[in-house]
Amino acid sequence: MTVYRAPLRDYKFLLEEVFDVGEIAKLPGYEEATAETFAAVLAEGAKLCEEVLFPLNLPGDAEGCRFENGVVRTPKGFKEAYDLFRQGGWTALAADPHYGGQGLPATLNFFVSEMVASANLSFGMYPGLTAGAVEAIHQHGDEVQKKTWLPKLIDGTWSGTMCLTEPQCGTDLGQVKTRAVPTDGDGVYRITGTKIFISAGEHDLTDNIVHLVLARLPDAPSGTRGISLFIVPKFLATDDGARGPRNGVRCGGIEHKMGIKASATCVINFDDAQGYLVGEKNGGMRAMFTMMNAARLGVGLQGLALGETAYQSARTYALERLQGRSPTGVKFPDKPADPLIVHPDIRRMLLTMRAYTEGGRALAAWVMQAEDKAHRLTDADERAANDELVGLLTPIVKAMLTDNAFLVTNLGMQIFGGHGYIHDNGMEQLVRDCRITQIYEGANGIQALDLVGRKMGQHTGRLLRRFFHPVDQYLRAKMSDPALGEFALPAYRAFGRLQQTTALLAQKGLVNPDEAAAAAAEYLRAFGLVALGYVWTRIAEVALAKRGMANGEAAFYDAKLATARFYMAKLLPETGALFASIGSGAKPVMELAAEAF
Amino acid sequence: MKLLVAVKRVIDYNVKIRVKSDHTGVETANVKMSMNPFDEIGVEEAVRLKEAGVATEIVAVSMGPAPVQETIRTALAMGADRGIHVETDVELQPLAVAKLLKAIAEKEQPQLIILGKQAIDDDSNATGQMLAALLGWPQGTFASKLKIEGDTALVTREVDGGLETEALKLPALITTDLRLNEPRYASLPNIMKAKKKTIAKLTAGELGIDVTPHLTVLKVEEPPKRQAGVKVKTVEELIDKLRNEARVI
Ligand SMILES: Cc1cc2nc3c(=O)[nH]c(=O)nc-3n(C[C@H](O)[C@H](O)[C@H](O)COP(=O)(O)OP(=O)(O)OC[C@H]3O[C@@H](n4cnc5c(N)ncnc54)[C@H](O)[C@@H]3O)c2cc1C
Repeated sequence: MTVYRAPLRDYKFLLEEVFDVGEIAKLPGYEEATAETFAAVLAEGAKLCEEVLFPLNLPGDAEGCRFENGVVRTPKGFKEAYDLFRQGGWTALAADPHYGGQGLPATLNFFVSEMVASANLSFGMYPGLTAGAVEAIHQHGDEVQKKTWLPKLIDGTWSGTMCLTEPQCGTDLGQVKTRAVPTDGDGVYRITGTKIFISAGEHDLTDNIVHLVLARLPDAPSGTRGISLFIVPKFLATDDGARGPRNGVRCGGIEHKMGIKASATCVINFDDAQGYLVGEKNGGMRAMFTMMNAARLGVGLQGLALGETAYQSARTYALERLQGRSPTGVKFPDKPADPLIVHPDIRRMLLTMRAYTEGGRALAAWVMQAEDKAHRLTDADERAANDELVGLLTPIVKAMLTDNAFLVTNLGMQIFGGHGYIHDNGMEQLVRDCRITQIYEGANGIQALDLVGRKMGQHTGRLLRRFFHPVDQYLRAKMSDPALGEFALPAYRAFGRLQQTTALLAQKGLVNPDEAAAAAAEYLRAFGLVALGYVWTRIAEVALAKRGMANGEAAFYDAKLATARFYMAKLLPETGALFASIGSGAKPVMELAAEAF
Repeated sequence: MKLLVAVKRVIDYNVKIRVKSDHTGVETANVKMSMNPFDEIGVEEAVRLKEAGVATEIVAVSMGPAPVQETIRTALAMGADRGIHVETDVELQPLAVAKLLKAIAEKEQPQLIILGKQAIDDDSNATGQMLAALLGWPQGTFASKLKIEGDTALVTREVDGGLETEALKLPALITTDLRLNEPRYASLPNIMKAKKKTIAKLTAGELGIDVTPHLTVLKVEEPPKRQAGVKVKTVEELIDKLRNEARVI
């Protein structure tokens, strides 16, 4: 059986003890977002996730979505849960108050989204995609578009999608074929084409669906420079913002897939549908790019979220399941066998799960805080600095957190043994649900290329320096600290090798781009592991300081220290192998001719 | 009509309770705390009365150290209008709570006071009854249905024989049972609004109440571990054991 309780104590630890959440409330517009607000919102969100969304997760997986006569039915209970979610104002959390949003910070939204995804990733897809559509219209739409579409998307009566993928293209969106033909109406186009794999493309949770569609104008240049972004609703809106007549948008079917079965993945056919240009003609890809960071960070935390549920479930199981005896002799003589937790290999798996999950959360929380600063600080240089840090770490959060999460959910299943492989126990669902997070929103290999090919070289390495400088300063200062050195020293060593490897890769990549591309995935992972080393050192610093004065909470801080130690000793050393492998260059992967495969 | 609801901060019902190693109480550090579930039902009932136009104002009261304010905020987020926090670090027992609530009721003059039938931490099931007695008000305990008609509260109670409905003349006090209602989830906008509602701070001294405990806790222990069972070979042996060892038949 899977279990899930929102990790509210860990949230409080990160927000109030490691990263000073008070800094967020100092940002203009976020005055309300105090530590108490965070706590109150998270506590109430936790209830909804634990009591309403989580119980629907396993049955939703078994039932899946159904496609009948062009309509998609979500599993039993989803509609009621969605209504509760919407009426509770959760769809409006981070949206602009001008259009009915609550205007709360990204950092808070991050933790709430994590809870939703931990409880029920499939469910979270529906409001998640809507949030993406809201952001696209908010950033790039004109005032009429915002007034028409945002209020209902934000209050959740309507939902949104992102329609990028087509049969012939997913990663390479330059190949998009969907056509947009101008009409007499200003900014009004006729959209025709087929999109596939569209999450939340059709469903029965809301009475209208607003698609954001990438399409090509008749005279558009080829490739990504010729793509424009359109709003194409399922039902048109009347002048007073109500639902109007049906538009030429039809769902052609849904996919039968490995996981997130309660999230409808749809073929959407646009047949001479009315659409409205968002932003500049041929500016669609640029518009997409400005939203990409948020969406990618969001997917990173979906993985993290599943890892949390897997960890909690596996820990509970390991404490209860009686099997075998400890290698050093009987530990629970009053029981027929010792619980799994006595076995070193079980502990290795649990600690791996915990170190990746809690460390990943800390890394993501740091990035989210920078995201809030990037939007709200008054000083333009500081805003840019934070934005660059977010830009640099986004592919790492997306790819490393989801890669780790797949490992973590898999280990969770392993701890359950054969029972993990059985559907009714819920653990295999976590593995299946997790798998997509490594693929969509830019497959993880593409994230690695983004890091190495774009972010690394941008502004002659300025983005890198946004990370390297503070980390260098911090670890160097803490290295000789008698208590913290144990953590800071290994982290600093790995960090040093990361810097060397970065320089090497930059140099070799300039001469031969295959050199950079062949090493990209390993480089991203090594970078991520070093970043986790940095955050685990910061966590350890707080835990060391608090442990003495913790009234009754010593166990919480001791667990942080033990996990930090485990991370440095058992997980960070993977960087050694990665650096060695990167050092071997592109030849081992490029040597074999394509025909020889 | 003004309503007073009392809300207590307790260890969350999902938490597995652990006894402190020195046996002075249960472990509360690093433990999730929430509003007593019966009090949540009380707040919900009050909010429904307000939504139905019966009540005009809801005052939520709690007592204890500073963090109980979070519990009052939860009540405010569910729909209470303002809060009263009696701040004290003394461990409060039912009689002290009843006396404090009486003093507050005399100041606030509510028509109806709603409490949970018991708090899930000490399960005393005493405060409501004591408070009604101190005030000299009619009490409807374990309410599973509540209706206000004019100056009468109709309270349905689940008793052994079925349902019993009592008519109480207002002002009156009721304590809630599980089936009275299903508490709502506070909405995000209401959580934000709750931040702006006022919570008045009082002390027991200001209310003229002595809260010194009258009962002393000697020792808190885990319930005894269940012993392993035995297998019986025949029905006769089972009956014999039930009759002579367990003495239940
Ligand atoms: C469940 C689900 C939900 C989805 N939801 C949506 C949605 O809501 N909206 C939407 O528009 N799309 C959605 N997608 C589509 C998804 O984003 C794409 O599947 C993804 O971007 C990959 O595209 P592709 O499948 O065409 O793979 P391809 O682009 O064909 O890639 C195949 C493999 O090749 C690698 N590759 C491709 N190009 C390169 C390169 N230049 N260098 C190195 N490696 C490369 C990729 O990393 C990948 O591993 C969804 C997909 C699924 C399965």
